[in-house]
Amino acid sequence: MLNAILTVILIVGGTALLSWPLGTYMAKLFGGQFSRADGLFARVVGGAPAQNWKQYSIALLAFNAVMFVFVFGLLALQHLLPLNPDGQGAASLDLVFNTAASFTTNTNLQHYSGESTWSYLAQLGGLMWLQFVSAATGIAALAALARGIAGQRDMGNFFLDLQRAAFCVLLPLAIGVAAVIALAGVPMTLQGAAQVTTLEGVAQTIARGPAAAFVAIKQLGTNGGGFFGPNSAHPLENPNFWSNGFEMMALILIPMACVWMFGRIIGRMKHAGVIFGVMAVLLLVKVTAAVGFETTPTQAFAGLPVLQDVGNLEGKELRLGATTGPLWAVLTTSTSNGSVGAMHDSLNPLTGLVPMAGMWLNETFGGVGVGMINMVLYIVVAVFVAGMMVGRTPEYLGHRVEGREMRLAVLALISHPVLILGGTALFAATAWGAGTLNNVGAHGFSEILYEFSSAAANNGSGFEGLGDNTVPWNIATGLVMLIGRFLPIIVPLAIVGSLMAKRRSAESAGTLSVEGTTFGVMLLITILIFGALTFFPAAALGPVAEHLTLMR
Amino acid sequence: MNYLLSSLRLWLVTILVCVVGYAALMLAFAQIVTPWRADGSIVEVDGRPVGSALVAQDFTAPRYFWPRPSAAGYDGMGAAGSNLSPTSEALKARARDTVAQYGATAANPLPADLVAASGGGLDPHISLEGALYQADRIARARNLPEASVRDLVASLAYAPGGVFAPERIVNVLELNLALDRLGA
Repeated sequence: MLNAILTVILIVGGTALLSWPLGTYMAKLFGGQFSRADGLFARVVGGAPAQNWKQYSIALLAFNAVMFVFVFGLLALQHLLPLNPDGQGAASLDLVFNTAASFTTNTNLQHYSGESTWSYLAQLGGLMWLQFVSAATGIAALAALARGIAGQRDMGNFFLDLQRAAFCVLLPLAIGVAAVIALAGVPMTLQGAAQVTTLEGVAQTIARGPAAAFVAIKQLGTNGGGFFGPNSAHPLENPNFWSNGFEMMALILIPMACVWMFGRIIGRMKHAGVIFGVMAVLLLVKVTAAVGFETTPTQAFAGLPVLQDVGNLEGKELRLGATTGPLWAVLTTSTSNGSVGAMHDSLNPLTGLVPMAGMWLNETFGGVGVGMINMVLYIVVAVFVAGMMVGRTPEYLGHRVEGREMRLAVLALISHPVLILGGTALFAATAWGAGTLNNVGAHGFSEILYEFSSAAANNGSGFEGLGDNTVPWNIATGLVMLIGRFLPIIVPLAIVGSLMAKRRSAESAGTLSVEGTTFGVMLLITILIFGALTFFPAAALGPVAEHLTLMR
Repeated sequence: MNYLLSSLRLWLVTILVCVVGYAALMLAFAQIVTPWRADGSIVEVDGRPVGSALVAQDFTAPRYFWPRPSAAGYDGMGAAGSNLSPTSEALKARARDTVAQYGATAANPLPADLVAASGGGLDPHISLEGALYQADRIARARNLPEASVRDLVASLAYAPGGVFAPERIVNVLELNLALDRLGA
C-alpha cells in the first residue's frame, strides 16, 4: 500500500512540478518571444499572416488533409518501398484507411500488430511523423483558442504555431525521452528481426526495430500507438520499472503544461489553477479507484491451488510493479494517450470501468492541447448554468455567453455520447460487433463499448481481445475518430470567434468569479452531470453487470 | 490554394526534421552509446545467440526454470496477452492446465504469477516465490542439492523498483544460463 502511494506521488506529483516551467516556456513560445525562430518558420511556409478563426480552421484542416492523404498512400504502398527488412506485405485498404485516420486524429487506435504489419518506413515516415504533427495540431489549436479568449485581435497563424509546437516543444522532449529509454533497453536499429536458438534448441524470432524514437513521441504527444502489438507491456518497448515511470511521466507532462500555458496566455493564472485543481481531483479519484479495485485477485483462479495474495496479475508485467498497471490505465485514458502498460481487457470489471469513464469525460488533462479545449467547452456550459441560476447574464472573463455560443458548445459536447452510444448500440445488435468478441456476456458488451469510447475520445487503447481488424470495424471507428477529432477542435474555435466579435465588458463585483472554490465545485458538478451521467446505463450493462454477477 | 501550398511546404520540412533528422540522430546515439541494447539485448553463448535478455522464451524441460504462461506462445513476432476477463471460464480452464503441469496441490499452492499470463506474453521474469517453487524439481533433474539451486535464485533476485516496487523478481534466461554454468 505504501509503495503504491509513493509511486503515485512520484509519477503524478513529479510531473505536475515539471509541467509548471514547461507551461511558462510554451506560453512564451506561442506569445512570439522567440522572434528569430518565428522568422525562420514563417519563411519556410512562405509567410505567416494573422488569421481569424475561419482562416485558422481552414489552414488546420488543409494540413490535416495532407497528413491523411500522404500516410494513406505510404501505408498502401509499403510493400513496394524500401526499409522493409522483415518483408511485410500489402495491408488491406480498410486497415490502411483506419490506420491513417487513427494517427491523423492523434488517436492511434491500432487494429494491427506493428511488428507483423508495417515496414520500418511505414512506421517511421508515416506513423511516427503523424505522431509529431497531429500532436502539434492540438497544441496549435489551443494556442489559437487562448489568444481569442485573451482578447487578442486575431488567432495567430496555424503554420507558424504548428512548427513552434513540433520543433520547439515536441522534438527536444522526444530526443531526451528517446535517449533515456534507449539506455534502458528499448531497441533502436534498422536491422530486421533477430534469429536465436534457445538453450533447449528451439528457434525463436524476435522482432526489433527503430522503437526508441517511436515510443518517445508516442508517449509525449498523447498518441499512444505502440511500435509492437502489446504496446508498453512489451518488454522491448518498456524494459524495466524506471523506463516505465519515465514513460508515464512523459505521458502526462504536456497535457498538464497545456493548462499553465492557457493560463499564461489569457493572463489568469488563478483561473488556470482552479482548472488544474479540478482535473487533478478527478484524476486522483480515478487512480485511487483503479489501484484499489485491482488489488482483488483474479476471480478465475478461485478454488484452484493458487496463492492469491498479489492482486490480479493476468495481463500484467512483473518488472513494472503491482501498482503501475492500473495507474497507467488511468493516466493513459485521462489524457487520450491510449498506450498501455497492462492489458485493459484483463483488468477486474470495475477497474476496467475507470479507463472508460476517463474517455467519457476526456478532459482530466486530456490530449495535448485538445484536453484543455474540451475543458473550455465545459467551462462555457458551467458559466452559463451558473449565470442562469443567479439570474445574471452569463459571462466568461468579460465575454458574454449567449444562445449561439451555448448551441455550439452543446453540439460539440453531445456529439461525444452520440458517437459512443450510437455506435455501441449498432454493433452490439449486429454480427458486425457480436461476431468479433473474445469474451462472452457482459464483458463482451464492454469490449464494444470500450472500442467506440476509445475511437470517439481519440484515445486508442482497447479491450484488445476484440477481433477488430474487420471491414465494418475499420470503417466505423475510422469515421468516428475523424468526427470525434475535428468537431471538438473547430466548434470551440467558432465559439471563441463569436465571442471575439462582441464588445468585451469589464468584470465587476457582480461577475461570477472563475478563480475560487465555488467555481471549481460548479465546474466539477457540470463535468460529472454532463460528462459521466449520460453513460451510466451503458456502464450498468457492461462492467457493473459483470462485477455483480461474476465477482464473489 | 495558398493553404495547400503552405501545407505542402510544412509537410516537407516536418518530414525532414521530425522523421529523417530525428530518427538518424537517435539511431546514431543508440548505436554508438549502447549498441548491445540498441540491437535488442541479444545474449550469446560461445558466439551463438540464445535469446534476448528482455524477452521470455519457452522452457519445458524439468532441468530449466519455466517462464510465466504466454498467450502468444512466446512468439517474438506476435506478442499478445490473453485479453481474457478475470471472470472468464476460458481463463479458469487454462489455469487448471497450468496447475496440472506443475502438479500443484492445496498444501503446496502455485504463486499466482506462474498461472497468470503477462500483458505481452513475453515477460522475461518470474517472481522470487515462483522460482523457489521450481527449485525442488530442478535440483532433482540436475542431481544438485536443492540448497544450491535456492542460493542461486536468491543471488539473482532483485526488487525492480526499490521501495516503489519491492516484490522481488528473477530473469528466467539469466537464471537458466547460471544453472548451466553451475553444471550437471
